[in-house]
Amino acid sequence: MDKLMSDLKKQIIVQLNLRDVKPEDISDDQPLFVEGLGLDSIDALELIVLLQQEYKIKLSNAEDGPKVFQSVRTMADYITAHQAQKV
Amino acid sequence: MNTQEYITASCSISNHIVYKNGIQVFEKKFTALSEFLDAAYLHFDIQYPRFYKMDNLSKLGFLGVEVLLKDDFRPAGYEAEETGLVLANASASLDTDLKYYGTVYSIPSPALFVYTLPNIMIGEICIRHNFKGENAFFVFKQFDATFMEQYVSNLFGNQLLKTCICGWVELLEEGHKLVLFLIEKEKRAQSVPFMVENLRNIFLNGAA
Repeated sequence: MDKLMSDLKKQIIVQLNLRDVKPEDISDDQPLFVEGLGLDSIDALELIVLLQQEYKIKLSNAEDGPKVFQSVRTMADYITAHQAQKV
Repeated sequence: MNTQEYITASCSISNHIVYKNGIQVFEKKFTALSEFLDAAYLHFDIQYPRFYKMDNLSKLGFLGVEVLLKDDFRPAGYEAEETGLVLANASASLDTDLKYYGTVYSIPSPALFVYTLPNIMIGEICIRHNFKGENAFFVFKQFDATFMEQYVSNLFGNQLLKTCICGWVELLEEGHKLVLFLIEKEKRAQSVPFMVENLRNIFLNGAA
């Protein structure tokens, strides 16, 4: 889980062009949107693309978005759950 | 002849060189355009992380306005609704259109898609500086000083604006040329009348 969260932080920075942010600046439970990392709606779409590109996961229900993208940890939980389903 | 408004500042960017009022203020040759734009952002010590999310056209326009307003502009003197932005170029957003098109065969990029209109650049600049006045973006084969003078003069004449940034922001692949003018009612040191001839001279030669 720690390795997955560490990878996610690096991938989020690259995918969203967060040049001034380092992986260690993002805590595992920090909110990604608004008051946290300050991401916006376009960033949310890019996070969906990231899941698809890096983890072959399609977010089937858009209403799940706010829960899935709440923090790096919730993203990692979602990915882990999906990978477990595939096995 | 309209002498009620003045060109109080100008900024030009071409061939990887930035000029403010005809004086070179930054240069980074022999690099890719994207590297030049990022280097200029760092050089002018602009603190605006959103810059890195922009496409190259928006980055160019954003940097041009930053340099244009640096030291010369007194935003406290104007209401947000009194500052306008009128820009033009030849290639619209084609640079980003092509980049976006390159992604549609795999997973289309939302971050590129949002920049597939040239007036998004105007939005980025307005967000940065809180401008809420009249704005417009035109696509012409080349810079039309006559049109620009008439259009902007009309905005001033109808009391819609007290200041306006206007000019040319062209970018396609590595090619780029920006010339921006700050137009104000108040005459200042080194300002010249807002006239077609002066727009044309600054566009071509960097000075009126």
